[in-house]
Amino acid sequence: MVTKDLVIVGGGPAGMAAAISAHENGVKDILIIERDQYLGGILNQCVHTGFGINYFKEVLTGPEYADRFIKKVRNTPDIEVSLRSIAVKLTSDRTVTFLKPGKLETVKAKAVIMATGCREKTREMVHIQGSRPAGIFSAGLVQKLINIEGLLPGKEVVVVGSGDIGLIMARRFTMEGAKVKAIIEIRKETRGLLRNMVQCVEDFGIPVYFNHKISRIFGKSRVEKVSVIKVDDDFNEIPGSLFEIKCDTILMSVGLIPENELIEMAGVRIEGDRTSVPGIFVCGNSFKIYDIVDAVTEDSFLTGKLAANYITNQ
Amino acid sequence: MKTYDVAIIGAGVTGTSIARELARYKLDIALLEKEEELAFGVSKSNSGIIHPGIQNSPGSLKGRLCVQGNFLIRGLSKELNIDFKESGELIIAFNEEETRELLRLKKEAEVLGVPGLEIVDKTWLRQNEPNLNADVVAALYAPTAGIISPYRLVYGLAENAVRNGVEIFTETKVENIIYSKPNFEILPSKGLFRSRYVINSAGLFADEISKMLGVDYFKIRPRKGEEFILDKKKENMAHHLILPLPSKTSKGVLIIKTADGNPMIGPTAEDIEDKEDLSTSDSGFNKVLSSARRLIPSINDKDIIAYFAGLRPVAGDDFIINHEDKAPGFINVAGIQSPGLTASPAIALLVTNILKDNGLALKKKFIFHAHRKRTIHLFQSPLLKTKKLIKKDPSYGDIVCRCEMVSAKEVRDAVKRGAKTMDGVKFRTRALSGRCHGSFCTARIMKILAEERKILITSVTKRGKGSEIVKEDRFLLSGAESAKSEV
Repeated sequence: MVTKDLVIVGGGPAGMAAAISAHENGVKDILIIERDQYLGGILNQCVHTGFGINYFKEVLTGPEYADRFIKKVRNTPDIEVSLRSIAVKLTSDRTVTFLKPGKLETVKAKAVIMATGCREKTREMVHIQGSRPAGIFSAGLVQKLINIEGLLPGKEVVVVGSGDIGLIMARRFTMEGAKVKAIIEIRKETRGLLRNMVQCVEDFGIPVYFNHKISRIFGKSRVEKVSVIKVDDDFNEIPGSLFEIKCDTILMSVGLIPENELIEMAGVRIEGDRTSVPGIFVCGNSFKIYDIVDAVTEDSFLTGKLAANYITNQ
Repeated sequence: MKTYDVAIIGAGVTGTSIARELARYKLDIALLEKEEELAFGVSKSNSGIIHPGIQNSPGSLKGRLCVQGNFLIRGLSKELNIDFKESGELIIAFNEEETRELLRLKKEAEVLGVPGLEIVDKTWLRQNEPNLNADVVAALYAPTAGIISPYRLVYGLAENAVRNGVEIFTETKVENIIYSKPNFEILPSKGLFRSRYVINSAGLFADEISKMLGVDYFKIRPRKGEEFILDKKKENMAHHLILPLPSKTSKGVLIIKTADGNPMIGPTAEDIEDKEDLSTSDSGFNKVLSSARRLIPSINDKDIIAYFAGLRPVAGDDFIINHEDKAPGFINVAGIQSPGLTASPAIALLVTNILKDNGLALKKKFIFHAHRKRTIHLFQSPLLKTKKLIKKDPSYGDIVCRCEMVSAKEVRDAVKRGAKTMDGVKFRTRALSGRCHGSFCTARIMKILAEERKILITSVTKRGKGSEIVKEDRFLLSGAESAKSEV
């Protein structure tokens, strides 16, 4: 078994900031386990701007923001990075098992920081009635398909929920020549940032239906249409308000959930701003959902420092 | 043109079971399926329960074939190397009157030959099923109930049938059948098949197939069932299949342990008209949730990660398995609803006998390959074994689906074994079926499918033509060489 002072699971903005901070605070033997083929996490597919305004006092794209940290990590020989590596097991004695092509490895660490990010809520979690054809995507998947893979998922789009990624992808779809026919938001106001409502929606003339919800999805092979119904502030349906929108694609942007399965499997609980097991830390979106990456960076710098203190005091 | 001895219409669990059984004999067999992949009809939404045989009247075909099938599936699953877990089931009673009903069911099932039945009391239940509603007073315990993955069973049967010479034709929708003595001419959407015997195992469409030969004494009515799948984290919520006392039309809403660990609750039972309506509803969800909570009160709707609907092909109270004298050589195997999956190996034997009784000469092949190599699933594999697998083939360490721990190697193997669509990959590997619902792995799996099948990424579908995942490839449109990120 390999040993390390600090193992960080996740090489996105949270994991990288935690690694840099731990190193600045004296930890010299750090391993970052990253499941993707590059560092940077979800920032790599966020090609829009708006990152770094608080932290760098500059307006950056996602990849630019990530790049500043990637350079720092890469220029720090004490921080080892294992790419295409997926952690499959964490135990409360701070042992992490991960797989990568050609290898299964177990690392025992003095401290572990979990920076595994979050996942999107799905259509299944918000219970939309109807069929299950092709053409229903989470916003993050659409972002990946368009920005990384160069694929256009659909031509006539209805966005469900007004979370930031949903608003940003509504604009992205429009710029790619697709028609965004509606953004449907069950609440009376947006869940996203005001600047995204202005820059992504109003500037592009995309209709937004607040106090509305999708009542049913239609289509056997591919999405054909949705029916939409008005709701009151307590989400009760208003009879007689049903109407239909023809579309071939539904984009779900209904919220994010911290991705904490490894911590749960290890029997570790998150209690306030720390975990129930000394030496195991959680930061970034796997700790809680942040609106902006700058806040993830701040949180993770703090966590890196806490982990360094823990290691020093052992 | 080749004349087949037997043509089987419909490659669900019934059709593939019959094909695999007949493959023991020196016969030319064609298995025709209208969908792009096998098990894409009724079988794909089967709950995977291997029933012990309770709740069928002693004189019924269902009862007899279910008990026999429950026995046969054990050997079959070993031969095909598909996991069968004998979890046992509990039919629960909330009061004295229901307990008396359990005794009646027990007696009736014993006449059918269901083994090992036992009435268990509250103490037993508290020990063995601690999450069960505290108001339950007794249960009928049937140890021979179990679970199997319905699609992996179909794919295992089909792969083994092909190994033994059966020819499978997908995307072959039968549009007409003409009896021109002594053979049948089957006219599908493409091609023409001639066969001496025709077996109709066309599920929801069996009545339409039968009608083509003037045999129209039954009608298939779809009965919809909505099912809701819980996160694998809740694997130990229940240790047995848990059933309420049955009603006339269904066995009620059950707590099901699925073959891969996720608990499932459902199904509803609603008679509908449209044979393609697989939609789910709020009312179905609410009904299933409240009924399931009557069995296990702690079920949390936040743990539901997926749902789907299936259609049972109902043709009256019992199965219809008949040689039709009106069209000699034509055998209907229709109305195979619950317990059809359990009964399928017994149905295959029965159909073989009917063929024999009607003049088909059955000569055993010199060599029949009964065994199928085990398919590797990392999620079932202990880490030490995974380590060895990765050493043997590095791509076992290349994880594509993180929720269900599926490697690139498993996805590629699934495509090599016959998966053509995203759903085909999902049913074979479990990739795309976890809590993120494909948000993270869809792009990668599309690329693997396109590469392995040598098709354009825009031709990758969810479940066949018309269900393409994406509309355009920007790199291709711009005339650029593929600039895609790594597969």
